[in-house]
Amino acid sequence: MTGPPLLVGEDLRKSFGPTPALDGASLDVVGGEVVAIMGPSGSGKSTLLHCLAGIVRPDSGRVLYEGHDMSAMSDSARSALRRTRFGFVFQFGRLVPELTCLENVALPLRMERVRRGEAERRAAEWLDRLEVAGLAGKRPGEISGGQGQRVAVARALVTGPRVVFADEPTGALDSLNGERVMRLLTLTARETGAAVVLVTHEARVAGYSDREVVVRDGRTRDLQRSR
Amino acid sequence: MSIGQTFLGLLEAGPRHGYDLKRAYDDRFGHSRPLPYGQVYATLSRLLKDGMVELDGIEPGGGPERKRYAVTAAGVTDVERWLATAEKPEPYLQNTLYTKVVLALLTGRPAADLLDVQRAEHLRLVRELTRRKLTGDLAEQLICDHALFHLEADLRWLELTAARLDELARRMRS
Repeated sequence: MTGPPLLVGEDLRKSFGPTPALDGASLDVVGGEVVAIMGPSGSGKSTLLHCLAGIVRPDSGRVLYEGHDMSAMSDSARSALRRTRFGFVFQFGRLVPELTCLENVALPLRMERVRRGEAERRAAEWLDRLEVAGLAGKRPGEISGGQGQRVAVARALVTGPRVVFADEPTGALDSLNGERVMRLLTLTARETGAAVVLVTHEARVAGYSDREVVVRDGRTRDLQRSR
Repeated sequence: MSIGQTFLGLLEAGPRHGYDLKRAYDDRFGHSRPLPYGQVYATLSRLLKDGMVELDGIEPGGGPERKRYAVTAAGVTDVERWLATAEKPEPYLQNTLYTKVVLALLTGRPAADLLDVQRAEHLRLVRELTRRKLTGDLAEQLICDHALFHLEADLRWLELTAARLDELARRMRS
């Protein structure tokens, strides 16, 4: 996959107290590409994802989104970028329990002041694409983990993000549901041209990616490019 | 895989010629490695000699005569016994990768690089099989999953070994 990189992390370093979580990690992603970040527990892969997504500010190094240095942005500009250009899927869906699935998916649009009717119409389309249209009126407590993750994927994609960050999106699911979530996540992201940055420790999940980057002791190694 | 017993199982649906049997086998189980004709006819000859199949008819053709084979009661019993017997789990104790790691450490070469090279190759195959699975039918998906779970086990071993290289090197020196 070629083209100018959409998102670049350069020589990222981040410590929590005396412990370095990232020690010079770098990664770049182009539009439409699915990159898996792999590595053992505690290697720094989730910290790398959080730095790339602008959730955590690195101690040094920089993250460029479409060439713009995210660390030079104000907090509100970075927040707006996260809301409008980035989508997020976490290990446990993190759906709002009081809202229906439809309202959960419509939420990112409502935060961008899209009118309720329009937001819910687009949310319903995404629930349909993720094969969970029948759950629109149910609350998260009434659905299974696999269904919840598909709702979470719909919520991540509803704003038409350029980059989807997925942190162990199948970690809490059985094999069959995990495969279904990965198939739908990568298929729909590719259809919309979004890049996916995926943290996983499972090889079968990484199998859905175009490329893997391994993080070990806070440093990255791109196995394909280094060959 | 036992080709003989697989043939017997396929013949339970009805008598077939050797050529049809080969095609049925290749379609379901051959994947990228179709059975050679020599092996098909050698297997059928052995099954005939052992009383597992019998000739159901011979048809003259433009070339050699076409023999049609049917499974016998002894053949059906043999398939049943085979299906009911557990396959021996493969312990994979003679592992080339392990040998390479130890040799690399013994000769002062970078064992971690060796593991990374192998990891990249495994992951390449994981991606290839995942793509095949996405476009394949259910049978193809199950076959790919079997291979994927084994590759995943290898990858876990590679990860664990990478984390224990220093310890292994120390033990080998002492």
